[in-house]
Amino acid sequence: MNDWVIAIIKVVFIWVWTLLVAVVMTWVERRGAAMIQDRLGPNRAGPFGLFQPLADGIKLFTKEDIIPANANRILFILGPILFSLPAFSAYAVVPFGDKIVIAGKEIILQVSDVNVGFLYVVALGSMAVYGVIVGGWASNNKFSILGGLRSTAQLISYEVPWGLALLAAALVYGTFSLREISIAQQGTFLGFLPNWGIFRQPLGFLLFIVAAYAEANRVPFDLPEAESEIVAGYHTEYGSMRLGLYLFGEYVNLCTLSALMVTLYFGSWHLPYLNMEAFLGPISYGIASFLVFFLKVSFFLWLFVWVRWTVPRFRYDQVMGLGWKSLIPLALANLFVTALAIQLTV
Amino acid sequence: MTMDLLKGVSNCLGPLVVASGEFRGDVTVEVPKARIAEVLARLRDDPNLAYDFLVDLFGVDNLDLYEKAAKPKKKTEGEGDAAEEPKPAGPPPPRFEVIYLLLSLSTNRRLHVKVRVPEDDLSVPSVTGLWKAATWPEREVYDMFGIRFPGHPDLRRLLMWDEFPAHPLRKDYPLEGRGEERILRYE
Amino acid sequence: MVNECVVNAGHSTGDYVTINIGPSHPAMHGTLRVIAQTDGETVVKADPEIGYLHRGVEKLGEHLTYHQFIPITDRLNYCSAIANNVSYEMAVEKLMGLEVPEKAQLIRVIMTELARIADHQVLVGILGVDLGAFTPFFYLIIQREEIYEIFEWYNGARLTNTFGRIGGVEADLPDDFDARWRELRPNLFKAIDETDKLLTHNRIWMDRTIGVTAFSPEDALAWGFTGPCLRACGVKRDLRKDEPYGLYDRFTFDVPIGKNGDVFDRYMIRMKEMEESIKIIDQAYAMYQEMAPDAPLMAKVPKVIKPPVGEVYHATEAPNGELGFFIKSDGSDKPYRIKIRPPCYMVYQAFPELVKGEMIADLIACLSSLNVIAGELDR
Repeated sequence: MNDWVIAIIKVVFIWVWTLLVAVVMTWVERRGAAMIQDRLGPNRAGPFGLFQPLADGIKLFTKEDIIPANANRILFILGPILFSLPAFSAYAVVPFGDKIVIAGKEIILQVSDVNVGFLYVVALGSMAVYGVIVGGWASNNKFSILGGLRSTAQLISYEVPWGLALLAAALVYGTFSLREISIAQQGTFLGFLPNWGIFRQPLGFLLFIVAAYAEANRVPFDLPEAESEIVAGYHTEYGSMRLGLYLFGEYVNLCTLSALMVTLYFGSWHLPYLNMEAFLGPISYGIASFLVFFLKVSFFLWLFVWVRWTVPRFRYDQVMGLGWKSLIPLALANLFVTALAIQLTV
Repeated sequence: MTMDLLKGVSNCLGPLVVASGEFRGDVTVEVPKARIAEVLARLRDDPNLAYDFLVDLFGVDNLDLYEKAAKPKKKTEGEGDAAEEPKPAGPPPPRFEVIYLLLSLSTNRRLHVKVRVPEDDLSVPSVTGLWKAATWPEREVYDMFGIRFPGHPDLRRLLMWDEFPAHPLRKDYPLEGRGEERILRYE
Repeated sequence: MVNECVVNAGHSTGDYVTINIGPSHPAMHGTLRVIAQTDGETVVKADPEIGYLHRGVEKLGEHLTYHQFIPITDRLNYCSAIANNVSYEMAVEKLMGLEVPEKAQLIRVIMTELARIADHQVLVGILGVDLGAFTPFFYLIIQREEIYEIFEWYNGARLTNTFGRIGGVEADLPDDFDARWRELRPNLFKAIDETDKLLTHNRIWMDRTIGVTAFSPEDALAWGFTGPCLRACGVKRDLRKDEPYGLYDRFTFDVPIGKNGDVFDRYMIRMKEMEESIKIIDQAYAMYQEMAPDAPLMAKVPKVIKPPVGEVYHATEAPNGELGFFIKSDGSDKPYRIKIRPPCYMVYQAFPELVKGEMIADLIACLSSLNVIAGELDR
């Protein structure tokens, strides 16, 4: 088989997979919220309302596309694209399984194993802020610009602890490649713990997850779109599929962030104390590693939903305070301690 | 008890009390309009009365009462000779009233203070200097009756929009309005 | 020009940006509007614009008979219509000098306290929603639904109850009230408890509410605060205790007070008051059960109500604070003048003072915690 064909298949697969997860996530979010809140949620379209995202998609597509009279047309159209493209592209370097051997050819379950893997993720993550600020500014609406402003400040502030947490992880594994990091998490740590990143970087994980929630604009960091304060933040003026792109981009972001958490801190496709590769066939191992990975990602996706319907929202200054006064010093300390530990052990 | 209260109020205010009355335990004293701020300040600062809380203030338009009294008409049996009943002869009584509801937090006693406002001098000194609570009620009275409150920091219409041409709670304003909503069209 | 209002509100003065919040905005309950001057996220000046729900209730009152006005009072604070009905009926009864039978008064107490619980549930729920915590809202609203079931069972309406008549109440409690209350009571406690667990000691919740828009008791009194907002400032004043009307002097209950008058205190007062209300209902219901089944429910009231000439003011402790009705009668079958003293009107006028220097998010939190209901605010 041609390498190109394989690459295209992988791209298409990951594209469809993240889209599907994003679509299903909208359903999970609503049904999950309903479950938490003692109500039913959408249950009309299809079994358990499973076709609800489909109905929503059709609705978004067929709605009138409105561009406000005083909006900057070009930027207004550009905004959602700038937001969703990086979100879709970011997953390219995140693995979704180990490898699968078909017809003697080993296929790595990852679109591209870039050796600066998570720098790429961080870089694309910061690209998303352009979509937000461009959309917020182009709408020519004060709530939008406030949302864009909040989002920009928040994303930039939380990129620092996020990046520092990642850096500490990179120190531990000595590589930026996400696949190499995944492979390195096999086996046990200190003899009895699974050799997962969380046990090597507990504080790092905490920083990462907090920053990830802020990066994804999720509760309790959902101020850029705080409904009760600034209507819908940067996408106040958006409707139809442009709004859909923003919402979609967000769910794809969640997907990427969850996959990143699993890759870095939760042993990627490894099961604890169990080497699947040893007793599974080449194809079944590939599928099993994908499923294990997906299961772990699902948990973190659910965690996003769970947290969203449990806690209130921060205030703008509290978010900034938490980011700059707590997370960044902690991240620096974490980096320092990690570096020291590595220096002493190596 | 109400007699005590009335006595206390007249002791405090002296000749400022123009008229006083009592109905179902609610004591009302009428004072001259120009000195309302002084009266309320005295009632508030008097250690025995201590009417330190302004519950509300609002206007009353007595136009209909006077028209009814002016017209020769058979008396309905419920009507007594209350303080509001004007004398048929003499100059026309002031059309509007502004009533201040006071409350003493320490003794839990209430007092209605009333001033009469003639139609040709629609102004009552503001009491916002005594209680900030008077801010919106005074605006509302201005809005609804057209009575001005000199000394009010921000006397604008409160409930109706700024361009509204009438004062809707006056008795000569019809219930259905005069079609002002048509003015509100955006051109 | 497309929309003059928006353009006018868009003028920036100096270095500040004017933000027009409302009257159509997710956090503006009903139709409130605040024009805020902001410096970044900080509110420099907030100017509440009211009157978007002004329906001329007081003017209407002058053209309706005394009984016809009762349904209008439903539309004041629509979260607790029964409290308004009872307050108005008591004012007319005072005007007429009527003595309401004890059993009717007990039914009134039970229903008013249920309405108070419903009102507080809405407030706490909405406060949570406005601060981003969506879930407690549902825990509370589900139980409020059960309260509405009782109302519906009693007089056929859920929200606008038109409860009671001048001189008493229209009907005895429904037969299954006992069963319904027995079922509802623990659920109410459970909902309050769950909300308490989700919010009260939540770090984010505390950060968002403690110290936010705090108000001193002196200021609160000068601005005419009453009810929970005043009690949150630490002033122990509750008309049910201080000027007991109806049968309230027979019940034992606490008046919870706060310390700082901030959003957290206003929230806590409501949480505690719900429990106190349940206590009152328990006592009132126990007293009700001791009454004879055929005890009168109505005082002797003439068919056409024509009170004597005079003016009265009667105030009750509505869920929001002192709800007063001033009625001036000219001896006819219609009130000559009705003046309603809505509790949130007085509280809301201090809003610019409360939010000055706070952030936009605090403005929303403050507005929610004051429980400003456009229906009774604009009348």
